[in-house]
Amino acid sequence: MIQFEHMKKSYGVGADAHEVLHDVDFTIHDGEVFGILGSSGAGKSTLVRTINLLERPTGGRILIDGVDISNATGKELKALRAKIGMIFQNFNLFQQRTVLRNITFPLELAGKPKAQRVARAERLLKLVGLEEYADRYPSQLSGGQQQRVAIARALANEPKIMLCDEATSALDSTTTVQILDLLRRINRELGVTLVVITHSLSVARNICDRVAMIDGGNIVEMGETAELFANPKSDILKALIASAEEQNGRDEDEDGTPVAPAAGAAENEEAR
Amino acid sequence: MGQTITEFIANYGELMLEGTRDTLVMTGVSTLLAYVLGVPLGVLLTITGAKSIWPNRPLNTVLGWIVNIGRSIPFIILLVAIIPFTRLIVGTSLGVEGAMVPLVISAAPFVARVVEQSLADVDGGLIEAAQSFGANNWQIVTKVLLFESLPSLVRGAAITFINLFGYSAMAGTVGAGGLGDIAIRYGYQRYEYDVMLVAVILSVILVQIIQSFGDWLAKRIDHHAR
Repeated sequence: MIQFEHMKKSYGVGADAHEVLHDVDFTIHDGEVFGILGSSGAGKSTLVRTINLLERPTGGRILIDGVDISNATGKELKALRAKIGMIFQNFNLFQQRTVLRNITFPLELAGKPKAQRVARAERLLKLVGLEEYADRYPSQLSGGQQQRVAIARALANEPKIMLCDEATSALDSTTTVQILDLLRRINRELGVTLVVITHSLSVARNICDRVAMIDGGNIVEMGETAELFANPKSDILKALIASAEEQNGRDEDEDGTPVAPAAGAAENEEAR
Repeated sequence: MGQTITEFIANYGELMLEGTRDTLVMTGVSTLLAYVLGVPLGVLLTITGAKSIWPNRPLNTVLGWIVNIGRSIPFIILLVAIIPFTRLIVGTSLGVEGAMVPLVISAAPFVARVVEQSLADVDGGLIEAAQSFGANNWQIVTKVLLFESLPSLVRGAAITFINLFGYSAMAGTVGAGGLGDIAIRYGYQRYEYDVMLVAVILSVILVQIIQSFGDWLAKRIDHHAR
């Protein structure tokens, strides 16, 4: 469980201070897929980064499983981060490491013995459907394959929480659906809580149990996904839904992602 | 002038061989030691930067000054100016050892900048990813910054080596020998142009070989799509 209690974040000090998150106060439950929906600059990236303290809150506090993590440093911070996996829009894979050594990276940091690291990485490669790719380098993989490697890497430490920062924004629509399916599967089968940042209504609709709409550093509304989208209250969400519906006339939503998940979409992708 | 190749080799072969050896030893060892000093300096310059992992403005500024001062002193002046220091370190200011101290001192700040440049090219997203997995600053430096920029560091090392190759010619001033020294003494001072020419040609060939090897190695270890 992740609890934000009147959490604030500002940059700069004194007269130069600029608050980007104002009084964020909500709870993400264990095992859910929680979406944070917002346009660029709304503060969603900053918000998600406070969970693993890549950004430190400047007011209020954050509790994970009841423990205040806001001021964690040193070993405590390391332990916290090990419990929380993270994937990124641009994958952020290490270019000079093989797929296998990318996945073992978090275990290497934790000082796990090599045999254990490799065994774990091989299981994860199987989970994400890339057993054959252990010795390849990221530059030899397609975008979707790279994100799968990143997902495997994020799971290396058996985290309870995974942060997904626009994880499908750099991918085409078919690949997006495959990655979302995989994330859903990880949520269901491994019980990992997912915090999904997205600007895409269809991604939120496709994968999230609950969604918080963020605008100008404030959570403007929040609720069960279907309910929220059926009955939007904020102007920003209404506008977002209207523009998505307008584009649905062209069979696709605002970013070219099919709204319904393609059932059993082909898992295999050709390498570039 | 006008001698056959056989005569030339008989007269100067040993000199050339010795010159080549002196140049390579002087340059190679100096490059190595310059990296021992320059890598930590370059890493510190990088990570103390405003947006890096260990921001420290005063330290960054002071290191910047040291590096800039080191780089702005002409080598030939440094060579003479630090003679007392050189004596302190290696016991003599003459010969190959005497030349290596100023070579290292002059190359270290250059290496620091070359290393800084290589590290600056590492994608900030990789550092963030490493942090998100709990990496501490030491792990980020060794496992991300240095490791990911290895091919670029190799290219930088080839550039440094070749730079020092050029500087080492001036080290003849303190009797260090080497190909550059031969070219100056025989060609410039004694008008033995054929000796100078051979020394210069040998230098050109060595530089070509080193650059090609550097390029080959960097390419071989680089897995980044470019």
